[in-house]
Amino acid sequence: MNAPNEVATGSLIGAAVRRKEDARFLTGSGRYTDDISLPGQTYACFVRSPHAHARIVKIDKSAALKAPGVLGVFTGDDLAADKVGSLPCGWLITDVNGQPMKEPPHPPLAQDKVRYVGDHVAVVIAETYWQAKDAAERLDIEYEPLPAVVDAVEALRPGAPVVHEQAPDNLCFRWSLGDKAATDAAFAKAHHVTKLDIVNNRLIPNAIEPRAALAHYSRAEDAYTLYVANQNPHVERLLMTAFVLGVPEHKMRVIAPDVGGGFGSKIFLYPEETVITWASKKINRPIKWTAERAEAFLSDAHGRDHHTHAELALDKDGKFLGLRVKTIANLGAYLSTFGSSVPTYLYGTLLAGQYTTPAIYVEVDAVFTNTAPVDAYRGAGRPEATYVVERLVSTAAREMGIDQAEIRRRNFITKFPYQTPVALTYDTGDYNACLEGAMKLADVAGFPKRRAEAEKRGKLRGLGYSTYIEACGLAPSNIAGALGARAGLFEVGEIRVNPTGTVTVFTGSHSHGQGHETTFAQVVASRLGIPIENVDVVHGDTGRIPFGMGTYGSRSIAVGGAAIMKALDKIEAKGKKIAAHLLEAAESDIEFKDGVFRVAGTDKSIPFAQIALAAYVPHNYPLDKLEPGLNETAFYDPTNFTFPAGAHICEVEVDPETGEVDIVNFTAVDDFGNVINPMIVEGQVHGGIAQGIGQALLEHAIYDKESGQLVTGSYMDYALPRADDLPTFKVDTRATPCTHNPLGVKGCGEAGAIGAPPAVIEAIIDALAPLGVKDIPMPATPQAVWRAIQEAKGRAAA
Amino acid sequence: MYAFEFHRATSVEEAAALLAKTQGKLLAGGQSLVGAMKLRLSSPSSVIDLGGIAELRGIRKEKNAIVIGATTRHAEVAASPEVRKAIPALATLAEGIGDRQVRNMGTLGGSLANNDPAADYPAGVLGLGATVRTNKRAIAADDFFRGMYETALGDDEIITAVSFPIPRRAAYLKFRNPASRFALVGVFVADTGTGVRVAVTGAAPCVFRVTDMEAAFTKSFTPDAIKSVRVDPGKLNSDIHASAEYRAHLIGVLAARAVAQAAK
Repeated sequence: MNAPNEVATGSLIGAAVRRKEDARFLTGSGRYTDDISLPGQTYACFVRSPHAHARIVKIDKSAALKAPGVLGVFTGDDLAADKVGSLPCGWLITDVNGQPMKEPPHPPLAQDKVRYVGDHVAVVIAETYWQAKDAAERLDIEYEPLPAVVDAVEALRPGAPVVHEQAPDNLCFRWSLGDKAATDAAFAKAHHVTKLDIVNNRLIPNAIEPRAALAHYSRAEDAYTLYVANQNPHVERLLMTAFVLGVPEHKMRVIAPDVGGGFGSKIFLYPEETVITWASKKINRPIKWTAERAEAFLSDAHGRDHHTHAELALDKDGKFLGLRVKTIANLGAYLSTFGSSVPTYLYGTLLAGQYTTPAIYVEVDAVFTNTAPVDAYRGAGRPEATYVVERLVSTAAREMGIDQAEIRRRNFITKFPYQTPVALTYDTGDYNACLEGAMKLADVAGFPKRRAEAEKRGKLRGLGYSTYIEACGLAPSNIAGALGARAGLFEVGEIRVNPTGTVTVFTGSHSHGQGHETTFAQVVASRLGIPIENVDVVHGDTGRIPFGMGTYGSRSIAVGGAAIMKALDKIEAKGKKIAAHLLEAAESDIEFKDGVFRVAGTDKSIPFAQIALAAYVPHNYPLDKLEPGLNETAFYDPTNFTFPAGAHICEVEVDPETGEVDIVNFTAVDDFGNVINPMIVEGQVHGGIAQGIGQALLEHAIYDKESGQLVTGSYMDYALPRADDLPTFKVDTRATPCTHNPLGVKGCGEAGAIGAPPAVIEAIIDALAPLGVKDIPMPATPQAVWRAIQEAKGRAAA
Repeated sequence: MYAFEFHRATSVEEAAALLAKTQGKLLAGGQSLVGAMKLRLSSPSSVIDLGGIAELRGIRKEKNAIVIGATTRHAEVAASPEVRKAIPALATLAEGIGDRQVRNMGTLGGSLANNDPAADYPAGVLGLGATVRTNKRAIAADDFFRGMYETALGDDEIITAVSFPIPRRAAYLKFRNPASRFALVGVFVADTGTGVRVAVTGAAPCVFRVTDMEAAFTKSFTPDAIKSVRVDPGKLNSDIHASAEYRAHLIGVLAARAVAQAAK
């Protein structure tokens, strides 16, 4: 047997290695859920509520059942008869009075009532999708429409329509964090108080691949296989089997194959895949469902949707004394899988930002409305927190006449570890380094000249700053558990060294655009000193991977990568034992470097591949002391969150006649700790900023207040950023390595979406400040900007 | 999409006969019809494809006019040397319709017959005072556009070509809807030699002319000429992207800028 060539690769950490997965993606060889077909496959079409709120009086299936090709028509009653449970919420929030949040049932198909436009009423299964769709139109459903409420602020008003009887005031919970008395005291001694009312606009995730699932029940094995576009297949399986279907967990395999983007929206357990999994046994045929784009708009979990009043207390020098925040968060019609954690522990805990604000108090009312469920969307709570903090800081600087960079410098945390007043302990950071770097890269010094030049052309230029922080690398399980998480938040890595020395890595993280197949391979190849071509990464399959918590919250490299490193520790330790035996040396004398085990201080050595071969062909092997094989698994539970941070500077040019905003420069200098692959990191930052700019300028999910219909239900009305909406980004990094994980990494997936929105909005306000504009809502569409200008002119004239 | 019967006509006469017989829908470039059918918003029992009728396609100069066949693609108009030379504003308009895919399929006649309130071509046709030729007659632009998705076309009437008189100078400016990129407001200004025409699309249920601006520009073809002209927002569209007031304001801004551009 020939071992593969042992090439000293040097360290691949920090190298812009081209993505291994791109060969298949760029040649159309990716394999997404909808690309997979099984013999005897059927198709599902979901019948959705046309009403925002209605009682289901009667469903007559007879005509639909008689339609050509139809194999089954199922409603909420059929699921209830089979004791199919409610879709669970993964995070229990305890309210200000120590009471658990209200958890009204979330049946996969509606029972008695529908609660939002797009809510799931029935499923029709037929031989072809078009037959299912035709039959769905023949389903006779009688509704009794009820008054609906789509706005969270309205939903709290007395007399508002009640979404769930279990929450008669529509309040799921009122939650708080921080020291109220200390915060009030800080405001009492304030020299200046800045106040803002902020709406964080509701967004629709819009992954390029719509949600899809293919469920198969095998009578022979009495077991299910579910292919699903999902970010965390083990969690999907656990929730669906244990909490909803009552199927034994080992009787279901969940495979999340290539997934075309998630942004959070594919974390959750949704009704569709649950229903078709259940129904696949009913009709004893595989069932496929792929969302149409219109269904994605209606039924993917939406993001953000906060109404906030926030106040910042400052002393005469612009030092922050206290921060007081009251937020009303829209949860939608049902508690989605992590819907309760987003406006609480992923939001309130980030309100310290990068600053030494000594007293912070936040109160959140989480509210049911007749809208699609709201859950994590790229950033999940942290963009909302950053928007509150950074808008307050920039507004305070303007009000007090302090330079935007200077007010930040005066308040930056500089000593680490730093315990914030909102539960987190920042391990490390250098906020000034990012700010200085960004100011240089953005050529802030040359801005006055550019502004003057623009003015000559009738355009107004402005600069906006955002120095954000996020908590990533979710999460220490014990801390999360104490705060209400109903799951562990560790990650799993398995290193399978094959007899020839090639390596297959099994990770519980899931890649749906992030490039794990490359980044994780770089980590493994570097550590073992083998060529990256000899390492393949497998993810997204409960049948192949020991366990996993999946990908969200920029956790993959920080938690999944750390699990891989822990497994590599075990590989190295066992390799040393084998090497000691083969080299007839003491184990403590063996060192491992550049893919070679060596007796320290000698030229006696043995390459990694030969150790692998010895482990699988154990002829000369310490079998009395050591098992054959070289295959190690590790579970890694982080000891703290990671805290990526950075400085974003946006430069805009506004056309004051039309209100059009042109982003002429966007600069981001981020601290993600150590960077494994700078090219992939840059791509992640670009994508994040694009979504952040999308939120700031373009995207807005709007429900009609009267009818509860989704007005922005297609790309005709929902504005996604296009390439020509964006400038060429200037990005760079600074590194303060994370102190508590083996790679010193922090995560980079959400940073752009978190940092960008306040920088964009502040740049517009800066541009329009000479006209008297003090605030601008998101998204800052041309109309919104034009209106703000008109209002400012009106005020000036009055 | 629902099932339908597909007919491919080889002459205008055959298409008209099929139209009369089937009460179907004419298919030109399909950029509106096919999308609507896929969404099940439109469900014709028959579709009559005009794509095989050679006489409907092409661009030629006739005296002081550019005549464009009904099934000529937007991309062909945009790239046409005759159009670019004679009426560059019309080439620019065609170049700005939809995206590359739409321009490679969409047609002049299809756009006019559909008369989408935010389509670009109606502004060009009305702004230039063009004549719409059909299998039955010639219709002046001022008589052609009747309302939202409504035209003067009869049930079995088919657009064959449009004759655009060559103006002295003209310009088309569009302010795009940030989501759909259709015209939130589009303004076509043409100095015809005998007066100025100003046509607006996107702002109201149907393309329309702004006669106060026309009078002002006819007196003085300068941006400032319309400084005191106010567009009444009363009849304009209001939606999540733009209020009637904002649209009225944009008409003024775009008209002035279009004149500045045309006067260059």
